[in-house]
Amino acid sequence: MKPKSFAYVRPDSVEEAVDLLAQHGEDARIIAGGQSLMAMLNLRLVEPSILVDISQLKELSEIGVRDGAVEVGASVTQARLLAWPELKARAPFIALALPWVGHFQTRNRGTVCGSIAHADPSSELPLSLRLLGGEVVLRSKKGSRKVKAEAFQQGLLTTARRPDELITAVRFPVGVGAEGAGFREVARRHGDFAIVAVGAVKVAGSIRVAVGGVADRPGLLELPAGGSEAERRQAIEDFAWELGGYDDIHASARYRRDLVRRLAPIIISEAA
Amino acid sequence: MRRIERDEIVSVSFELNGKRAAGTAQPRTLLSDFLRQTLGATGTHVGCEHGVCGCCTVMIDGVACRSCLTLAVQVEGRRVETVESLAGDEDRLNALQRAFNKHHALQCGFCTPGILMSFTDYLGRNPKPSEDEVREVLGGHICRCTGYAGLVAAVLDAAREMRGETEPEGEPHAA
Ligand SMILES: Cc1cc2nc3c(=O)[nH]c(=O)nc-3n(C[C@@H](O)[C@H](O)[C@H](O)COP(=O)(O)OP(=O)(O)OC[C@H]3O[C@@H](n4cnc5c(N)ncnc54)[C@H](O)[C@@H]3O)c2cc1C
Ligand code: FES
Ligand code: FES
Repeated sequence: MKPKSFAYVRPDSVEEAVDLLAQHGEDARIIAGGQSLMAMLNLRLVEPSILVDISQLKELSEIGVRDGAVEVGASVTQARLLAWPELKARAPFIALALPWVGHFQTRNRGTVCGSIAHADPSSELPLSLRLLGGEVVLRSKKGSRKVKAEAFQQGLLTTARRPDELITAVRFPVGVGAEGAGFREVARRHGDFAIVAVGAVKVAGSIRVAVGGVADRPGLLELPAGGSEAERRQAIEDFAWELGGYDDIHASARYRRDLVRRLAPIIISEAA
Repeated sequence: MRRIERDEIVSVSFELNGKRAAGTAQPRTLLSDFLRQTLGATGTHVGCEHGVCGCCTVMIDGVACRSCLTLAVQVEGRRVETVESLAGDEDRLNALQRAFNKHHALQCGFCTPGILMSFTDYLGRNPKPSEDEVREVLGGHICRCTGYAGLVAAVLDAAREMRGETEPEGEPHAA
């Protein structure tokens, strides 16, 4: 349970970091908080030849409001975002979901961007990004681009990030969830990965619901304003089947779908 | 830019429990192994090596985190505190350690160093935690012996003592 050998580089700037990615491509791995990557290295699930450590990059350490979004830099830890005094006012849904991401000790190191880069199907932050309609800011030697949440996460631990790209920040639209928001998950203990996580926000009268832990990426359901109770129940039922689900040692696909049927109405009423 | 080649052995120096410490490591050397095997600081324990059990928890720059998910080369020039930093002169236990003793918050003691370091950080930030908050932080640790009740009681009691309050009425074991 020790990692295979690799070279270690701690760049002093984003420019140096993207130079290294351009040079090494898929042989390189970014290390941010290391809370997922180090375990994968220890288990030898990944064997990069070079690690690029961005965890102490000052350039990426900002939380701020820019162009209508809360922008969180790639070296910002989950603990720092949680302690940000404006979080509740600017991104109320994130304030609900973030305390469920791992434990006190892992949030101290794990980054917000790292969780989205990692793209675990049951993770709270990718679900949040999808629900709020956020975007990911990517930078390579060739320039920078923004990718919408719906296009970013493509499947289990798979994203639209190209091997030469660094995620420099993620952006959560300001105020989505201020009209109403709810979040809940079922896990064996608080802090464990969710078996199923459900979040909802009210946006201009309609309700948006996101579900993690069932499909290979967060799924999204839009419920129009003013639908009947029966229509809503049917929409959730269809959504649960559409998500599918998988069996693992924690739960069967059927149990996961059942959690969606039971949790979604509760969370929707909290958000409505 | 700091660059260390694969298998290259470099000297890593940092502050360990208030004193300068140095040793040699490769890029792949885990901080937990570096502390235990290179520096002989065996107070930090190692269980799972994937971040789940919590017994390797130390503080880096005052923040509790897993030493098994940290590379030795990442602490260069930084400040690390381990369980060895807690007791004062002549091994006089501090308030948190005394409360663990009093409430039987340990049996085999394997998980203890990590839990002590987590709460050293946590109580510094939240001197008056609720029982739920204590349980939530404990969620980042696995203890196979105590059943957690003694741990919860010990942390709440230590927090009280550190705030300068006296013990409430009743059984010291009640959690
Ligand atoms: C005990 C335990 C419990 C946990 N529970 C949960 C949980 O309940 N919910 C949850 O969501 N997570 C959980 N996690 C994982 C979470 O803590 C991680 O923080 C998160 O998944 C990854 O963030 P990181 O900064 O640690 O990234 P790292 O581990 O450093 O990196 C993860 C991956 O993302 C890539 N990456 C990171 N940053 C960038 C970037 N800026 N640009 C490009 N690629 C990048 C890395 O190359 C790597 O492939 C848990 C972890 C542990 C150890
Ligand atoms: S050994 Fe580090 S968390 Fe288990
Ligand atoms: S005291 Fe034995 S594992 Fe906790």
